[in-house]
Amino acid sequence: MKHTVALVGNPNSGKTTLFNQLTGSKQHVGNWPGVTIEKKVGQFTYEEHEITLVDLPGIYSMSPYSIEEVVSRDYIMDEHPDLLINIVDGTNLERNLYLSMQLKELGLPMVIAVNMMDELQQKEIELNIAQLSKELNTPVVPISARNGEGMNELVHSLLHNTNSSTYIYDVQTENILSRIQTLVEETRHDHTHDKFYAFKLLENDELIKKNLNFNETQLNELHSIQRDFCVLKNQKDIDMAVADTRYMEIERIVSHSLCRPCIAQMKSGSDRIDSLLTHKYLGIPMFFVILFVIFMITFGPLGSTLQGFLETGIEMFGEWSTVSLLGLGASDWAINLVTTVIGGVGSVISFMPQIMLLFLFLSLLEDSGYMSRAAFLMDRLLRKIGLNGKAFIPMLMGFGCTVPAVMATRVLENEKDRKMTMLLTPFMSCGARLPVYALFAGVFFPTSAGIAIFSMYVLGIVVAIICGLILRKTVFKGDGSTFILELPPYRFPSFKNTMMHMWEKAKGFLTKAGTIIFSMTVLLWFLTNFSFTLQMVEDPSMSILGNIGQAIAWIFTPLGFGNWQSVISLLSGFIAKESVVSSMAVVYGVGTNAGLETVLSQVFTHASAISFMVFTLLYSPCMAAVATVKSESGSWKFTLQSILFQTGVAYIVAFIAFNLLRIFI
Amino acid sequence: MTLFDCAINQQVKVLGIEGDTPVRKRLIDMGITTNTVIHIKKIAPLGDPIEIHLRGYELSLRKDEAKKIKVEVVA
Repeated sequence: MKHTVALVGNPNSGKTTLFNQLTGSKQHVGNWPGVTIEKKVGQFTYEEHEITLVDLPGIYSMSPYSIEEVVSRDYIMDEHPDLLINIVDGTNLERNLYLSMQLKELGLPMVIAVNMMDELQQKEIELNIAQLSKELNTPVVPISARNGEGMNELVHSLLHNTNSSTYIYDVQTENILSRIQTLVEETRHDHTHDKFYAFKLLENDELIKKNLNFNETQLNELHSIQRDFCVLKNQKDIDMAVADTRYMEIERIVSHSLCRPCIAQMKSGSDRIDSLLTHKYLGIPMFFVILFVIFMITFGPLGSTLQGFLETGIEMFGEWSTVSLLGLGASDWAINLVTTVIGGVGSVISFMPQIMLLFLFLSLLEDSGYMSRAAFLMDRLLRKIGLNGKAFIPMLMGFGCTVPAVMATRVLENEKDRKMTMLLTPFMSCGARLPVYALFAGVFFPTSAGIAIFSMYVLGIVVAIICGLILRKTVFKGDGSTFILELPPYRFPSFKNTMMHMWEKAKGFLTKAGTIIFSMTVLLWFLTNFSFTLQMVEDPSMSILGNIGQAIAWIFTPLGFGNWQSVISLLSGFIAKESVVSSMAVVYGVGTNAGLETVLSQVFTHASAISFMVFTLLYSPCMAAVATVKSESGSWKFTLQSILFQTGVAYIVAFIAFNLLRIFI
Repeated sequence: MTLFDCAINQQVKVLGIEGDTPVRKRLIDMGITTNTVIHIKKIAPLGDPIEIHLRGYELSLRKDEAKKIKVEVVA
């Protein structure tokens, strides 16, 4: 038997953990059509059943407030999954059950998995599962996704569940709903989800109203039913009346199934942690300490030692290949090509340890619950530059990679906020730009490389703030931004989840390095070794790329690096930032890092080296990031504008930096 | 009085939310419905946003939103 099961639940309910527990490594990550929200699909078997599990985005309700909610709603309505798993956080039942009530309205076979049972036990809170199940008229299974407890019971109950009944509200509400259902039946031929439609119409849901194409009489009838309902519930408006009806039921159900001893009054662990981490005076310093520690570990001794090991390994592999090829009697150009490719791809792979460490920390911050505290702390500050505290999350991720950072902008509901954040996030120096700073700082500031690199990161933040202020006064006028964010309890991140998250990112990076950068290196090798007449050339400045570079190099003379080699490396940096250094090695015709360092110390001055670093920091992000901006914003115009904006800013700031430094150094 | 006027840890009951925006709808969906008892737990170090406690969980919102939430003191 084959089944398609949709997994639905609130953010922070442990949905991803459950998904990972059930599907293990058999999962496929893609995108929902039309939007760049991650779509995870996994497979597993239970007895003779083959189950395809679809992880729907974490949502709080079925109203189309955010893109996530629209995606989840459309999936359930249009794709008709056979079964639903609704995961709820047992420590936060009332709000979690709000979504469950809405899911019940769909009339699909559903099982509720009450997660965090281990936490409930720890707090000595007793939850009467049988009572909860009876009240909700739905199978309920207690689980602890983190410890993998209750998985078999959950799947068993899921596959043997035939209960697709809807929840029965009080008589008055049911009467109102059946009046609307009569209206719905007039226009809909398919009668699945009728109760859901009725409820949504009662809530005056614009999308559903449009979908049903009601005529004037029907609309008038609907509005009069809505007014009747408000009067019945003694509420001024329909939104409050409907939500209140659901929450009243939930309160009743929860009070019947939960017996909570007085210890609920005790200060919870989260409050104790928060009394330090969001402390009036210590909160913000602690935040910067945490950031600093992450930086030190990722880019300090540990990260660079690991990187050193990989570099040595790759160098040895390069030498071994040269020797083997010589042994096979390969021609010079073939050996040249192979060593170039190994050097180019290798220099990127050597950054794997640092990228993995960075993603490890980001995922720890996210899973522990600190990320939302960071947003809580920074909201006031970010609002000053016209952003939302939530924008801090994509901004922070921007230090890892611009691609997921731009994707993370979807936590922002407001269009202006999203666009602003997308424009400014690339100024947060991504991991792939680090090799450039590391190389230049190592050559020009050997004793204070750390400070030089750190100041690049700070400069990125400063430029983002200034640009934010300017943009808010000009292009994105007006306020509009809001901030409603759950502060989930602090939780110990699960080892498995963190590792899977890190591996996913690392794999993404490796595939990128393996494909784009491999082909880039080959292409660059060709462009720098051949002339327009397709003759192999000895002098790279005679090559195709040399000619292009020379033709546009003058543009960069005011920035101090008007040589074609720099221009070409910057051009290849558009394809992938990782390849700036490797293509520099190619165009200067040097095989090793040491050789490149010697060349650079002759070509660049201190001022032009900093100017080059600044330009690399700020100019257009890589192709992959640009493509993400396009798909997230849905507009080529905006995407092109953002490239021009960032490159323009880079030019101006690098120009100022170069000319100031030239005077003072 | 509004939630904005409340002292930290002062228990209040929601009377309603002003305005007619998607934000209002979201606040309602998050559980800020009439007669819900809530209290302010904390104000962010920079003076805004605030952290409130309701229905057994913590939610953060800005003072601008708090000004729209009508409340009365629980006796």
